Amino acid sequence: MIAKSQDNDNYLTHSRGISSWIFTLDHKRIGVMYLISVLVAFLLGGLFAMLIRVQLLAPTGLLFHKTEVLKDLVVYKPYNQIFTVHGAVMIFLVLIPGIPGALGNFVLPIMLGAKDVAFPRLNLWSYYFYVCGMLFALSSLVLGAVDTGWTFYTPYSVQTSTAVISVVFGAFLLGFSSIFTGLNFIVTMHKLRPRGMTWFRMPLFCWGLYATALIQILATPVLAITLLLLILERLFHLGIFDPAYGGSALLFQHFFWFYSHPAVYIMILPAMGIMSEVIATFSRREIFGYRFVAMSSIAIALIGFFVWGHHMFPNGQSAPANVIFSGLTVLVAIPSAIKVFNWLATLYKGSIDLKTPMLYALGFFFMFSIGGLTGLPLAILPTNFNAHDTYFVVAHFHYVMFGGALFMFIGGIHYWWPKITGRMYNESLGRLCCLLELLAFNLTFFPQFILGLHGMPRRSAVYSPEFQYLHVLSTIGAFIQMAAFLVIGAYLLHSLFRGKKAPANPWGGSTLEWRCSSPPPHDNFKETPTVGMPYDHHGLKWDEETEGFERKEKELVLHA
Amino acid sequence: MTQLTIPQSPHEHPEHLAHHFESLQQQYDSGKLGIWLFLTTEILMFSGLFCGYAVLRSLHPEIFLYAHRYLSVELGALNTVVLIFSSFTMAWGVRAAQLGQTKLLVRLLTITLVCAFVFLGVKFVEYKNKWEENLLPGKFYHPEEPPPGGEFLKLRGTDSQSVKNDKPADVKPQVTAGAVGERSTIAPAAIGPTGLSEPWLEGKHHGRQSWSGPEPDNVQLFFGIYFAMTGLHGVHVIGGMIVIAWLIGKARKGVFGPDHFAPVDFVGLYWHLVDLVWIFLFPLLYLIS
Repeated sequence: MIAKSQDNDNYLTHSRGISSWIFTLDHKRIGVMYLISVLVAFLLGGLFAMLIRVQLLAPTGLLFHKTEVLKDLVVYKPYNQIFTVHGAVMIFLVLIPGIPGALGNFVLPIMLGAKDVAFPRLNLWSYYFYVCGMLFALSSLVLGAVDTGWTFYTPYSVQTSTAVISVVFGAFLLGFSSIFTGLNFIVTMHKLRPRGMTWFRMPLFCWGLYATALIQILATPVLAITLLLLILERLFHLGIFDPAYGGSALLFQHFFWFYSHPAVYIMILPAMGIMSEVIATFSRREIFGYRFVAMSSIAIALIGFFVWGHHMFPNGQSAPANVIFSGLTVLVAIPSAIKVFNWLATLYKGSIDLKTPMLYALGFFFMFSIGGLTGLPLAILPTNFNAHDTYFVVAHFHYVMFGGALFMFIGGIHYWWPKITGRMYNESLGRLCCLLELLAFNLTFFPQFILGLHGMPRRSAVYSPEFQYLHVLSTIGAFIQMAAFLVIGAYLLHSLFRGKKAPANPWGGSTLEWRCSSPPPHDNFKETPTVGMPYDHHGLKWDEETEGFERKEKELVLHA
Repeated sequence: MTQLTIPQSPHEHPEHLAHHFESLQQQYDSGKLGIWLFLTTEILMFSGLFCGYAVLRSLHPEIFLYAHRYLSVELGALNTVVLIFSSFTMAWGVRAAQLGQTKLLVRLLTITLVCAFVFLGVKFVEYKNKWEENLLPGKFYHPEEPPPGGEFLKLRGTDSQSVKNDKPADVKPQVTAGAVGERSTIAPAAIGPTGLSEPWLEGKHHGRQSWSGPEPDNVQLFFGIYFAMTGLHGVHVIGGMIVIAWLIGKARKGVFGPDHFAPVDFVGLYWHLVDLVWIFLFPLLYLIS
């Protein structure tokens, strides 16, 4: 059932006025609001990243100078503030809420043939919590930007005079945003699947969001209590994290990482879900080993709860604890690898279409593989002691979080852009910027592996002169990336006004969201679609008239 | 459950069915799963505090053994009974809603709310007492009296395992017996027996050191945990009270009946969790010895 592109009644035109957006219960509008907010936050976090890279052009620091000298300790407070804001914004305002909030909210109900998520009002509250969390966190920029690092380790986070409570309370609110989104998605997938869509006929993006949601509801409350205790420690000196009062500073790290490690899986699992969708569509094939990919998402979510100690190997844990965490960390690489091999197998003998989203997906293979494989020397104890708190770690997590998760977020935005906006962007520019991004990303971060192994510590505003050439390469890469992102933003914005109107199915996708018009109508479907196998591309043919794909033959329809 | 008839026009559907659900059953099931997931998050949040309790108590059992005696077991027990009773009236209220017994529902919800007020009142009395006695967390801890069975002036015994800390003296040491002193070298005045049995005093029944009287270091840690746990719990009681008050307002309009009792059901589940958390808090904080 294809709506003509001249049909004007869609979710964007359904009602007008700012209050119809502020008080909307429509998951699509909430998704759009999240998308805009997350991209604004990304711009801010990116700006701070550029400041870091400029600082590190010179061994003595190009921008920021030391602010205090305490005994023998030289402190570069402005630099500490910059990298703290960069990390906190990117993690809490971009990567954690990003894909679930912006793309998940929009696509999930449509993929399930549903009218909305299970709890639309809770969804709206989730967004409000996001905005309030963002405001509290950013208010610290005027009240005294925090300089503890995004990890807020005690005792410094208790002693520093910066606005820790603002940021931490902001993160506390953002946690609720995350919990409510996760809760909503779980109930939606349990209860609002259509007739015929059993669990193993659900698209893999949904499985990715489901595994993510499990982590969101189980891990985030622990962050909430950790941050609350940190606030109480600052206000009343509870003593729980202070050895002088009988507490333990290491206890904070355990609490913090119990959430923050699963949090990295919140960031990557939805991105892997998008991978499955894009690979399937642009190979014109079903995903090889669908069940393995689905169960791997769950396995990553579960095992990911038991490895938090790998962030703390040299910090005073017992040796048996170190060994156990190390072993489990190596284990968690296995389901990730299973997915990568299944995606590769999907490409084999597929009918590959190198559109922009597919280029991002192909890039993911390289970025995530490098990032994941460099996690292994960090998981293994002897090599970890060499690499801990060096630039090796920084490079590792940027490869997985930026090269992996964020790139697939951008890829997903490109994939669903016609559906969300009803417009096509410039395909040539899309492909060019993707390639530029990939090259520039590697230029930025690959040298950092070398820096780390040669001993450059992280969070350091100055460094030994022999590292300079690597830092210069890294900064050049960063500037090219910035340029590429600006061009991406420009052509996407341009498409909103001058882009070609999008057909319902520009890519030949087989999942349900490609059956409704682009943009979708307010209620998603004029009639509830019938459900088939999730990646059945049989019968989808390019139609010159609509310049999109149409289902010419009846697909295999299955009922429960 | 009443059956849903297929709507003929967009607005012909059961009154309490939201537009995006296909049936009342689906709506109810979704809500049920939703509230259980929410309760799971609450359990995880409190479990962070319980973990903290476990870690601190295993690191410093003497602090807990000493300081819990400042708490009134009677008031804690009263609160326990009040909350359990309120859970009973809440559960009965759910039944009343299912059977459409509106008057009974309103009465039961009101009793539940009153019980919650009593709970908060007792907590207020306890907190006030702590405030007056300066039994507060962190740097605000300045008790003037030892707890029942405890004593203040510290004489480092051979079985003492507490570490000397560099905390500056907050209060000037005083000579009189029973007053707070820091590292006083004055021998304690003769104080009567604590009333504890000899084996307990010798630590025999724990197999490790038990605290027989003198104040250990860092007692304020106990009060940090006490206020964090009971405070967070109290915040949840207040939240529950607000929602129950809202339910009473709705119930009085006769909104709930056999085809629409889900809100009462779900709030009931939340209230049972609040009760359950207290049932764990009470023995862990009040009944240590």
